[in-house]
Amino acid sequence: MSLVDVENLSIRYGANTVLSNVSLGIDAGEIVTIVGPNGSGKTSLLRAIIGAVKPSKGKVTRAEGVRLGYVPQKLHIDPTLPMNVARFLALPHGATPAEIAAALEQAGVPDLAGAQMSRLSGGQFQRVLLARALIGKPQLLILDEATQGLDQPGSAAFYRQIETVRRDTGCAVLMISHELHVVMSASDRVICLNGHVCCEGAPEVVASAPEYRALFGSGTMGALALYRHDHDHDHEHHAHGACNHTQTEAAE
Amino acid sequence: MLDDFMVRATLAGIGVAFAAAPLGCFVVWRRMAYFGDATAHAAILGIALSLALSISVFAGALVVALIMALTVNLLMGRGYAMDTLLGVMAHSALAFGLVAVSFLSGVRIDLMAYLFGDILAVSRTDLAVIWAGAGLVVALIGWRWSDLLTATLNEDLAYASGINPKREQLVLTLALAITVAVAIKVVGVLLIAAMLIIPAAAARPLSRTPEGMAVVAAGIGSVSALVGLRAAYVFDTPAGPSIVCVAALIFAALSIVSSLRASAQ
Repeated sequence: MSLVDVENLSIRYGANTVLSNVSLGIDAGEIVTIVGPNGSGKTSLLRAIIGAVKPSKGKVTRAEGVRLGYVPQKLHIDPTLPMNVARFLALPHGATPAEIAAALEQAGVPDLAGAQMSRLSGGQFQRVLLARALIGKPQLLILDEATQGLDQPGSAAFYRQIETVRRDTGCAVLMISHELHVVMSASDRVICLNGHVCCEGAPEVVASAPEYRALFGSGTMGALALYRHDHDHDHEHHAHGACNHTQTEAAE
Repeated sequence: MLDDFMVRATLAGIGVAFAAAPLGCFVVWRRMAYFGDATAHAAILGIALSLALSISVFAGALVVALIMALTVNLLMGRGYAMDTLLGVMAHSALAFGLVAVSFLSGVRIDLMAYLFGDILAVSRTDLAVIWAGAGLVVALIGWRWSDLLTATLNEDLAYASGINPKREQLVLTLALAITVAVAIKVVGVLLIAAMLIIPAAAARPLSRTPEGMAVVAAGIGSVSALVGLRAAYVFDTPAGPSIVCVAALIFAALSIVSSLRASAQ
């Protein structure tokens, strides 16, 4: 039995159908990456899996008692809410200081337990989110574009951490990523989503599938198209050209 | 000891401060300040209705405040911006309440007592109701604390931990209605939101954890009640507003000290 089974899932918001007839299963220990253009329903799929959205049709079945760890795309903590890292990690079910230290160690940020969340850098913050997801010893770790806002070395290091975590704990990983080199090197399976499952399989199979090429182009051009697409709606203003340039290089 | 009206007033003020502290923290963290106001204003309609029907003012205020809070909950995210919606609801509830009170020609009501509180007239029964209500609010929030906090941080994080954030919102709504109902006698309809927000906001610079902030807010609220009542007695000023004034002064002092300390670093 898979950890999570999604059967014929459809999600509608009002008249707007974001996902139709999606079926997939996640098995123990595998790394599965979801790719797809903006608005292709990636986040909606993850939210349906964690139970935050009700399917309009179909169903999501989680294995009995399966432990999920979830790293959201973004987390805003209101400045009026005082919160240190240790307290954050202990939410909601409590954790011993030893468990907190172990999770921080595993996420690559030991020594942060006493820090205020508001004082963390972007990279530290994401790793603390990862540590919180790890504290319940998840069998399935779910990450929604967890490296958004990190620079190239930062996100590469973050994904190496994920692989280490998988190696050490044997948990399955389901993630959304825009970073093609990560997808190709670190995933066991890639699912290409665009309102429905376009194609799925081993990374090299998906990369050569016509459906995938139709969406992202081919070869390094595919990576380029993906990044360009990603940046269509990026309003964090670095100089646009420079940004594309470095990311294209990294993709090649 | 309870024979002294000042003792009863002080105990009533501290009771409200205890209920308002943890709830007020969530009101501040979740930016629900206006929501608190709307619920409190609706209570005046509840008072009018309970006087007309000759039922307990506490019960009437509780029911109408609850209906108001649930309605806002239901309408949230359906077209109108939240502040517009609350602006409409809060002020129309207040207006309808004031109009409804004017129909009650048979009874002479001291409207001021409900708008600004009448803490010096708190009876033993009132005191029992206030402490029972405050105890209920503290117990409710204490019981749901971790789940409430997780839902406040991020809804998806809550769902992934098996927490339904909508249910937690309902818990806060219920706590808010109870707090409004018990605080009417103490600070009145117009100043309830002040007792929720000011102590919590004043506690922020002194706190490093959410729990710490709730405890400090309870302390600040209690001190405000003690000092405010004393000041009202000495200077012959209205008691409810005096309590809020003291809380506001504590807030101002702590804000200035913390910003001075921040700029010194």
